[in-house]
Amino acid sequence: MELIKTDIAIVGAGGAGLRTAIAIAESNPDLKVALISKVYPMRSHTCAAEGGAAGVIKPDDSLELHFNDTVGGGDWLTDQDVVEYFVNEAPKELMQLEHWGCPWSRMPDGSVNVRPFGGMKIKRTWFAADKSGFHILHTLFQTSLQFPSIERYDEFYSLDLLTADGRCQGVVAMEMKSGRLFQFQAKAVILCTGGASRMFKFSTNGAIKTGDGTAMAYRAGVPTKDMEFVQYHPTGLLSTGILLTEGCRGEGGVLRNKDGYRYLQDYGMGPETPLGQPVLKTMELGPRDRLSQAFWHEQQKGNTIPTPWGDSVHLDMTHLGEKHINERLPLVRELSILYSGVDPVKEPVPICPVVHYMMGGIHTNIDAETPMPGLYAVGETACASLNGANRLGSNSLTELLVFGKRAAMNAVEYAKGQTSTVSESALKEQAEKVQAKIRELMGRSNGTESIAGIRRGMTDTLESGAGIYRTEDTLKETCATLGELRKRYAGIELHDKSNVFNTDLFQALELENLLLLAQTVAEGALARKESRGSHQRLDYEARDDENFLKHTLAYYQGEDAPSIDYHDVIITKSQPGVRDYSGGAK
Amino acid sequence: MSVQIELEVLRYDPEKDQEPRYQTYSVSCQDEWMVLDAINHVKDHMDTTLSYRWSCHMAVCGSCGMMIDGKPKLACKAPVQDYANRKIRIEPLANFPIERDLVVNQDDFMEKLRRVKPYVIRKEEKPIEEGEYKQTPAQLMKFKQFTLCINCLCCYAACPEYALSSEFIGPAALALAHRYNADSRDQGLAERHKEISKPEGVWDCSFTDTCSDACPKHVDPASALQQLKIATTTQWYKELIGMGDK
Amino acid sequence: MAYVRPVSKTTWYLGNSSYTIHVINELMAIFVAIFSLILLWGIGAVAGGEQAYQAFLAQISSPGMVTLLWITTIAIFYHAIAWFKVTPKAMPIQKGEEFLPGSLIAGAHYVVWIVLTLIVLAFAGVF
Repeated sequence: MELIKTDIAIVGAGGAGLRTAIAIAESNPDLKVALISKVYPMRSHTCAAEGGAAGVIKPDDSLELHFNDTVGGGDWLTDQDVVEYFVNEAPKELMQLEHWGCPWSRMPDGSVNVRPFGGMKIKRTWFAADKSGFHILHTLFQTSLQFPSIERYDEFYSLDLLTADGRCQGVVAMEMKSGRLFQFQAKAVILCTGGASRMFKFSTNGAIKTGDGTAMAYRAGVPTKDMEFVQYHPTGLLSTGILLTEGCRGEGGVLRNKDGYRYLQDYGMGPETPLGQPVLKTMELGPRDRLSQAFWHEQQKGNTIPTPWGDSVHLDMTHLGEKHINERLPLVRELSILYSGVDPVKEPVPICPVVHYMMGGIHTNIDAETPMPGLYAVGETACASLNGANRLGSNSLTELLVFGKRAAMNAVEYAKGQTSTVSESALKEQAEKVQAKIRELMGRSNGTESIAGIRRGMTDTLESGAGIYRTEDTLKETCATLGELRKRYAGIELHDKSNVFNTDLFQALELENLLLLAQTVAEGALARKESRGSHQRLDYEARDDENFLKHTLAYYQGEDAPSIDYHDVIITKSQPGVRDYSGGAK
Repeated sequence: MSVQIELEVLRYDPEKDQEPRYQTYSVSCQDEWMVLDAINHVKDHMDTTLSYRWSCHMAVCGSCGMMIDGKPKLACKAPVQDYANRKIRIEPLANFPIERDLVVNQDDFMEKLRRVKPYVIRKEEKPIEEGEYKQTPAQLMKFKQFTLCINCLCCYAACPEYALSSEFIGPAALALAHRYNADSRDQGLAERHKEISKPEGVWDCSFTDTCSDACPKHVDPASALQQLKIATTTQWYKELIGMGDK
Repeated sequence: MAYVRPVSKTTWYLGNSSYTIHVINELMAIFVAIFSLILLWGIGAVAGGEQAYQAFLAQISSPGMVTLLWITTIAIFYHAIAWFKVTPKAMPIQKGEEFLPGSLIAGAHYVVWIVLTLIVLAFAGVF
């Protein structure tokens, strides 16, 4: 097995991984950074984010307002020290991106423009047309190319963490084009591998979002946090799940049911606002969880529009005009035409809520530290918790930048102070165990199960049991099914025996990660007997601050289902209140 | 409602094959499928040994570039309806070495991208506290379309110059160099000039326009390259009279 | 390990219509060169005096030369039209946030071409 000695290893080269790497390279060019990713950085799913990144810059806005919007939007499950730090640093990070060349959309006078976004009282979402994530990713990637201390390991699939002496000391990864295993020894490891929405049937996420880093930390004994909080984005195209940004509604798009009625006003988000003049934190600019839940209710009432791919409602942008759509929402128009055959300039687009983001992830604190020394996590893979029970749109892109920088600075300090010797033999032993696991997987014969079959079982059971609305019975069934699927996983045989770019193997490994994390979602949801944010129980409809104003921790228990524990929420300035998204909200 | 299609897919496993071979799969597709959906169907239900790259399925990550019926395209953007009742070849992107099946080796592009210095270069940086570099919408429009490149490499697969002389830096990398040259915040034209003005830089381009034809994001790299030729010539003269830095 | 597909240096332009058309376009330059030589020949003849010029006129009126001149003229027209078609890409003109349509830029080229042709014909005494 190849051995690579580096100072800091970063797993994942999307927005979070790149920002972290740049922060280390800029401040400490003498430190070696190994940036390890299973895809080329440009393929990272950050590229698909459309709407924008939030940061306070306009004179009518304030950090306190951003703080309150985020805490309330998260249904008070956010850690308020984290939120405070975040809103403070957000504008600086977005400005840094501008200096690095990000093509932010502009006001006529040349200053940066902002657009309205869901759940925000004042508009503060910086945007680059409707390709903000794409531009942020490419800006970061291209900027990273000027730092020779960043050594990239593109298309290296990370398999497991190396831990010894009570701390994280590296990671084992496979060079995908050769099948060779590499042992990366590092003084600190930072996980930036994104979320795991691919465990669901329909998501806006690309194939690569399989929670690999989260699963690695979980297997190594680090708990996940709040995994049951899964965000449904209100406007995804049917059949493909492709995202139509919240920016559509920020620019004035509206949601109509089968009668052409703007139904959101029936769900506490009224009164109806004039067409094309969206009012922040009202109607279509309410938070994502409320909008997705409204769809579900409309569906129960029979007010949705059936399509060959399921029920839908209409996202109507016809009143915005061709010029406005081409300027502000060109990608949306292209996607609608290409993938649903509908031109939003001429007709309303059929959409439905689609899984989009996981608020939950690896348990981290304000310093991006996990409970394991030497191990950090940033972005969707982590749960700091910035987003609590429901994330506000455009906070996550900024989160990558703010906590990427913070994780970098903390990891650098830790790495520099790390004087203990490397536990060579312990790491070697662990690495060999990983090798044995791969050999076992590759060597199986007479398989009775298929990857597609088990994957289908997983997505089906999560859809029926752990969707937008959950009950004790549906969740129990899902938990049981997932346990079964994990057992059946042993029956998967890899028909591809090659060492060269074996995607059969990668899919099998990704499926294992998804199954593990699916259990944390279902078990966490079962244990949380309340409704809060995006976790809604038909059998426990109210929010229960007395018993559940706390984070869910899930611990890996090998073949058994995870054990569940709880952790306090950090509350500083904002006591739990009512989330008011009606027109009169202050 | 379904669309019948036959995919003749290039297969290559360096551990087993001396050279590439073809394998045919018959797929019953749903009307709205893209070729990528058909390939995913093959992998899930017919042959799990097929290797290829894909992720976003919305033409923004650039992973799924491949030769479809002889043309470089994104598989997620090629409707099966266009190939109904036909047998079409699915091959890895032309002009790149084949790693495995539909997976090509992209190292050459990654190296060339680095060489053109695709990042903001300034003599003096403004502190973050002083705010943004003002850039009017008109200034943004000057380079905006060249920011849209998803690095899918369809243009390299379409470029006959790159096919014939692999030292050519190529459309996407050069277009990105121009993107920065044309960005009002950048002052790095002179520094990029060294690389761009090499014979294998912009001068290997003979303006066949096939790159822009193939580009799924309408970046029009050919336009960037011709503008680069003018800018490079101008810069050459400026350096001749000692005004290269102005 | 990675397999490099061979590309023929002699037949690469066949089998792909875009490439074939491109090579044809480039080959039209040969006719531009031929015309330049004829023009130089003519200029030389004019410089050589009345007799040399008359000799030149006689030679260039032969059926063979007239055919060549016709082919050359058609080729140059084709070459110019192919070039004008892509010229807007090489010289985008921005007005505020909009770009002038390519047809306008190409159109302007045609106008200049026609005007210059008329001027030359006027000098030649055609009208």
